[in-house]
Amino acid sequence: MVPLWMYLAVAAALFSLGVFGVLARRNAVAILMSVELMLNAVNINLVAFWRYSETSTDLLLNGYAFTAFVLIVAAAEAAVGLAIIITVYRNRRSVIPEEAVALKG
Amino acid sequence: MELNAITIGFVVFTIFTLGGGFGVVTTRNLFQGTIWLMVSLFGVAGYFILLSAPFLAAVQILVYIGAIAILITFAVMLTRSVTRIKERYIRIVPSFIGSLLLFLILLFGVTVPIFGGHLPESAPQYVASTRDLGIALVDENGYVVPFLLASVLLTAAMIGAIVIARDEKAKGG
Amino acid sequence: MDELCTGLCQLLVESGADAGLAHFLSLLVGVLLVSGIPLVTVIVLIWVERKVAARIQDRIGPNRVGPVGLLQTIADMIKLLSKEDITPTAADRVLYNAAPLVSFASVVLIWAVIPFTPFHFGVDLEIGALFFVAVASFGTLAIMVAGWASNNKYALLGAFRVVSLLVSYEVPLVFALLAPVLLAGSMSLLDIVNAQTGMWFVVLSPLAFVIFYVSSQAETGRAPFDLIEAESELVAGFNIEYSGMKFGMFFAAEFLHVFTNGILMALLFFGGWMGPLYYESPLIAFAWLGAKGGLIYFTTLWLRNTVPRLRIDQIMAFNWKFLVPLSIANLVFISLALKVMQELGVSPRNLAEAGFVELLPTTVVLLVINGAMTVYLLGLLRKRGQEARRESMAARAALAQAVAD
Repeated sequence: MVPLWMYLAVAAALFSLGVFGVLARRNAVAILMSVELMLNAVNINLVAFWRYSETSTDLLLNGYAFTAFVLIVAAAEAAVGLAIIITVYRNRRSVIPEEAVALKG
Repeated sequence: MELNAITIGFVVFTIFTLGGGFGVVTTRNLFQGTIWLMVSLFGVAGYFILLSAPFLAAVQILVYIGAIAILITFAVMLTRSVTRIKERYIRIVPSFIGSLLLFLILLFGVTVPIFGGHLPESAPQYVASTRDLGIALVDENGYVVPFLLASVLLTAAMIGAIVIARDEKAKGG
Repeated sequence: MDELCTGLCQLLVESGADAGLAHFLSLLVGVLLVSGIPLVTVIVLIWVERKVAARIQDRIGPNRVGPVGLLQTIADMIKLLSKEDITPTAADRVLYNAAPLVSFASVVLIWAVIPFTPFHFGVDLEIGALFFVAVASFGTLAIMVAGWASNNKYALLGAFRVVSLLVSYEVPLVFALLAPVLLAGSMSLLDIVNAQTGMWFVVLSPLAFVIFYVSSQAETGRAPFDLIEAESELVAGFNIEYSGMKFGMFFAAEFLHVFTNGILMALLFFGGWMGPLYYESPLIAFAWLGAKGGLIYFTTLWLRNTVPRLRIDQIMAFNWKFLVPLSIANLVFISLALKVMQELGVSPRNLAEAGFVELLPTTVVLLVINGAMTVYLLGLLRKRGQEARRESMAARAALAQAVAD
């Protein structure tokens, strides 16, 4: 059996990769992909904690069900995010988030 | 840690997950980045199987590889961004240092128990099955309200995405 | 590990082998068998498909190599293998070479969960039906990758068309798949087959079967939805740059996918291995499954060679405006009827233990619901057809008027 901290370490590495991508990449699609990495790192953590915890039967499925909801939200986020990126590209011919400043005062 | 199917699987899926993640943040070509992302998320699905959550693994593959990969590919093609951006990164050095620090802090947090207590070495024998999850999702004492809210969210996101991405100049489209 | 060690593994342990080794060996044999069966089947399938197509088109078909052309596929394989293996200079080499493999693997993976007999199956996953949908999405990704990695605009356009088709038809496919899952109360294919002891699901939900049949025909890219090939519209579609055995992989994947879908439909709707005397011997059970799957496979070939291709906008409109609403409505009605009948005590809660007689009220009610929906749909389609015809007549009359003026 793999000890819990190994899953957490992998999730931490994946999350940090995602953070790096969000901070450093210029393309909005690449940033969105990095956000997906971060979400999945969180999911690994949730499932790992769920699997390794000795819970009472009332809370038996909390981690499992919560991960399922994170997946749903990730799907919704990707759909809306990409739609926004495509619209911004269509209006401003740019996929660089710093250039979408029409609402800046 | 003895060598068995689970540890071998863990090593393989770690290579998939972190290698894919590394590919996502470094590749210049966004289409290849999408494929790297899928490699990474496939590894995550493998973890779910190791953690005895096969339902989540199947949903992970279905949602990410079946749907989000296709979505991202379409977005990459539609924005034709591959050719326009010259430099891949901005503020690369501070980002790198920041994320490295974050990783070290997190690693320290999961390996060294500062506030006492310890992380379990092995998982309990009993594990909830997919059937339990299915019942809990529609049980009134379970997650029926979040479940319904999630359905509303998905519907709203779908309609929202269609409305936002719709080209108003193209009539009848 | 002990309770898992049965069959070959047990035999090896009894003959004095190490338990771990015996377990590994029996697993290896199982994996080789389950992945080997589809690989051998596809050789026969290509011959069958070509023969059937030839007969429908009033030809003889392959008849030169071997008796009645049985070895034609082997000859073709040798030909494909000996062809020059071309990778375009501008192609993305790794992805270009990986795409055919992923495409073929996505089909072979389905066989891992197919129960051939009550006792012989690769693995009985508790998420079997979901697994089948999940691995099918690898096929979609493979086509996208193939189109992009070829670095050819026609390949990319072809891939876009196909992928939009595949993604669209996955929706009714999954909704139709949910009907057997709902009736059996389990996603494991073994449980689904066992739940059909009293009554086949094709009788309980014929509409779900029809939806599944139509959308799996689209998923495999067969006429009337053969946008993947569409010889007259595209230059071969997404696989334009592929040659030799790499092309052969896509080809074999498609042929195998059609037969796999036949077997899956036999399992999901026609009781799998159920039939007279199936409990006597695994061979009889296997033969029943093969016969049912083969029959469904034959009808898909028949359909493929008989109907013309639809336009892409017609295909999309048919899916989103007809199949998707229908599949959702079908699922809602089935689940509602089943729940109401279970609460009234007319319908058994566990179909696996129910016999033919206990299931009779359920069957009648579900059949009536399905019949009513079919009548309504046929009326709707008739009205739509009449409208379309009237419009085209009006357009033609206007055109004739314009020409006359």
